[in-house]
Amino acid sequence: MAERERALAPPYGGVFVARTTVMEAEDVRRATWRMAHEIIERNNALPELVLVGLQTGGVWIASRLARVIGEVTSQEVVVGTLDVAFYRDDYGLRPVLPEAATEIPVDLNNRTVVLVDDVLYTGRTIRAALGALSDYGRARAVQLAVMVDRGHRELPIRPDYVGRNLPTRRDEMVDVSEAGVVIGDVKAP
Amino acid sequence: MSRHLLSISDLGADGIEEVMALTDSFVEVSSRAIPRVPALRGKTVVSLFFEDSTRTRLSFETAARRLSADVMTFSASSSSVNKGESLRDTVETIEAMGIDAVVVRHAGSGVPWQVARWLHGPSVINAGDGWHEHPTQALLDCFTIRQERQRRGAARPAEGRPALDGLHIAIVGDIRHSRVARSDVLAFTSLGAHVTLVAPPTLLPPSLVGWPVEVSHDLDSVLPKLDVVYLLRLQKERMLEALLPSLREYTATYGLTRERARLLGDGALIMHPGPVNRGVEVAAEVVDQPSSVITQQVANGVAVRMAVLYLLLGAGVELVAA
Repeated sequence: MAERERALAPPYGGVFVARTTVMEAEDVRRATWRMAHEIIERNNALPELVLVGLQTGGVWIASRLARVIGEVTSQEVVVGTLDVAFYRDDYGLRPVLPEAATEIPVDLNNRTVVLVDDVLYTGRTIRAALGALSDYGRARAVQLAVMVDRGHRELPIRPDYVGRNLPTRRDEMVDVSEAGVVIGDVKAP
Repeated sequence: MSRHLLSISDLGADGIEEVMALTDSFVEVSSRAIPRVPALRGKTVVSLFFEDSTRTRLSFETAARRLSADVMTFSASSSSVNKGESLRDTVETIEAMGIDAVVVRHAGSGVPWQVARWLHGPSVINAGDGWHEHPTQALLDCFTIRQERQRRGAARPAEGRPALDGLHIAIVGDIRHSRVARSDVLAFTSLGAHVTLVAPPTLLPPSLVGWPVEVSHDLDSVLPKLDVVYLLRLQKERMLEALLPSLREYTATYGLTRERARLLGDGALIMHPGPVNRGVEVAAEVVDQPSSVITQQVANGVAVRMAVLYLLLGAGVELVAA
């Protein structure tokens, strides 16, 4: 789940009630496949690439992308994870606790980083992630891959690879998993 | 619990587990080339130490700086306390400067509670009060045991069981004067460990009623079944009466000599809150052997205190109550 969604979901807040399935498992698989090919197309030097999944929703997508890239090109891509809790700008607005420790296995200097997350919404998680990345070294370039872009950006941030553009209302919630993408509402617990 | 950390019992088992989980993230932060995150930007932490300390004060101040907080240092010897300013006036002066947390150490038991009553805004963290409590030391001890056992491939507790479930831990030495022992007993037992206190009768508290511990006066018989032996510093500065015939006799009976250390089982850990009196409570060679995790305790101290400061000042969550 994306940060904003996580803030609203248990154990912090309400209960997610599913309404509409907008992508089936097969759609998610195809979107991952396409994004992996787009990443290969845009980046000639795959050994210098690092896929960084954001905790927790982006982690499985990053490893899935790496697997597809490995199958297609027979080149192994480095995968890491990043938790941005300590870099957020909304302390005091809601609880912020890290889900898991960050793990970036290589020095990022002069590498190209692809940040991977499940849902792109306000852009504040990505802003925090950019701040966090700079503490691990000066990447040559940073790109962004998301499964769902649901709009409502509050910062000048745009994705490079998108699984699905999904117009939503602000009070809706989007849940992304390997089983599919579901729009729903948050009800009080 | 409230916005303060005064006693380890404020946290309860769930709170301790939560601090330990968060500490994992800060251990990762501390291992980076730039070990600093912006989480507490704009917050001010004051260390208010009325008693000598090296590691605890430096550890708290390092932790606060790594979270990008501003740090002010107060030491009683170079302040208006020398001109006769009372504790209450000192505390209120500091609060008037607009601060977010006070880390208090004082030789009087209960002083952090009193400071917490006087302050309206800031969080109070107990960094050791008299013979009473030292909660962050207990947190870093629990974390170090968990971490070192994982690193050495020890079996993890069963799903849903607390982190130190079923471990045998002996705390050896000057229990009477030790705030570390009081906080550790509470923390270890609430996480499921069996605790044995090993000390001469003169160095035990006058009453142990209600303590969830066993007591022994025979270290040799206790050592073979231990997972952790926790040695306390012989606090010569707090010994007002003749509690021991001589240091040599203490070492002969209760010191972890090289010969005694061989009685420990495989994988047993040797711990000490520091500063170590080498050759008194523990032999110099034993301090440096691989089963000793004393320097690891110091390293983890910074990460644990980052977790505590972050939970009290930054996370916007309430620590779990006991």
